[in-house]
Amino acid sequence: MSRAPSEVSAVRAPRDTVSAWTRLRRWFLRHPGVARLGVILILLVIWEIAARFYVDPNYLSPPSTVVFAFDDVLATNGVPDALGVTFYELAVSFALAVVAGVAIGLPVGLSRFAHRSFMPIILLLYGTPQVTILPIFVLLFGIGPASKIAFGISHGVFPVIILVAAGVQNIKPIYLVSARSMGANRWRILRHVIFPHMIPSFFTSMRLAMTAVLLGVLLAELYVSTAGIGYFTSVFTQDFNPTKLIGLVAILAAMAIVLNEAVRRAELHYGRWRA
Amino acid sequence: MRRPGAGKRRERGLSRLVQVGFAVFLLAAWYVATTWGEVSHLLLPNPVNVWHQLVSILASGEFVPDLRVTLGELAIAFAIAMSLGITLGYLISRSPYAIKVFEPLFSGIFSIPIILFLPLYVLFFGLGPASKIALGATIGFFPIVLNTIAGFGNVDRVLIAAARSMGAGNLQMFRHVLMPAALPVILAGLRMGFTVALLTIIGSETIASLSGLGHRIVNLAENMDMARMFAYIAFVVVIAAFLNAVVSAVEARGRR
Repeated sequence: MSRAPSEVSAVRAPRDTVSAWTRLRRWFLRHPGVARLGVILILLVIWEIAARFYVDPNYLSPPSTVVFAFDDVLATNGVPDALGVTFYELAVSFALAVVAGVAIGLPVGLSRFAHRSFMPIILLLYGTPQVTILPIFVLLFGIGPASKIAFGISHGVFPVIILVAAGVQNIKPIYLVSARSMGANRWRILRHVIFPHMIPSFFTSMRLAMTAVLLGVLLAELYVSTAGIGYFTSVFTQDFNPTKLIGLVAILAAMAIVLNEAVRRAELHYGRWRA
Repeated sequence: MRRPGAGKRRERGLSRLVQVGFAVFLLAAWYVATTWGEVSHLLLPNPVNVWHQLVSILASGEFVPDLRVTLGELAIAFAIAMSLGITLGYLISRSPYAIKVFEPLFSGIFSIPIILFLPLYVLFFGLGPASKIALGATIGFFPIVLNTIAGFGNVDRVLIAAARSMGAGNLQMFRHVLMPAALPVILAGLRMGFTVALLTIIGSETIASLSGLGHRIVNLAENMDMARMFAYIAFVVVIAAFLNAVVSAVEARGRR
């Protein structure tokens, strides 16, 4: 009889540790984000070790050095201005691409005839590899911001045209007919029927346009640049200064992530009203 | 009496006419502006001249070395992206937990314009083909791995349970259930990976390289040899369109 308590505790003790272990495992299983962070950390550690001990420091810097060199990058003469120029190019070409895309996409989507005539041409242009004509943009618009903005627009405008036209076409004809039969004029139909129905596809098109504009502007920046970040990436590359180069690229990547996330949030927010 | 559908057919003919008219108008405007207009030949060469240059490029075969470099880079980059993407994608898709861990990671990285990393790749791999292959493989990897995860991860549970209960082994399961269900999605990923790898390779040749079609175009632009540059651009556009058509045809075949 006196053995019973110790037996119970002997049985219970391992079961307790097991349940703690399982609880930990379950917690991990419920939070995949933690494991994701772990994966990123492991990659960073591999990078750190490789850069510290195995790779020539002329070509690769460890992430710890890069993080502490952010101040250095931003203190480099001209880099803050260059980031400003790049941001300005991105903003202007995004805005113009969206405006031009809506201005072309609306008429193309609203008229069946225009859609059938011009959509194949638009899709054909969208499908051609635009990097091949990058030198023409530079010859036409010079090596300043104008060529970057133009190249960004030529990347961003097509997804907007296509999605806006598709969004307009998906409106049920009965809405248009009933609005017209209730005496709405052209402008009122646009304002109260077509625009509200366009909103979800419009915000989706903004997200795609942002991705495309980022690609176009950065391609043009890297190709040739006098004041933007493209100039500094080539300077840092020629100086074999991987610390500053990685730092600058990281700042730009962060900028891209923020811009992408902003339009994605907008899409989620404004896209759900009817779905 | 009008036959039904006649109006529709007429409208279709009319839009075809508009398309042809648009192309003819562009060509005519181009010709007129460069022949009699005040447009500088350094900005826009004469179309006839461009055509002669294109014929001479094709006849002399001088495009062959550059084309070989670009296609070689593309082939190696795509092979790397495909093998890594499908292998990793399959392994990840085996566990729903791994999908939750890795899928957002990959799609997050994929949303960054990866061309940004080109200077790093050039610093690390040099100006030669290696940096193009590495960057093309990196960019091509993401759509392939994401679609492989989606393809294998979304196979109907009922099909898997049915095959199991009928006694299918792992290999049979893969061959007769998983693969046919996932193949269309994977093929779409392969097509996307191929397209972005092609664009990236031409783009990075344009930005920093020693050879390849993109390099040739930039070289001609720097020498102000505009007619020949336009001819090369037309050539590259046709090559790209041809490659994309081939890949789309392969995808359509596999989908059936």
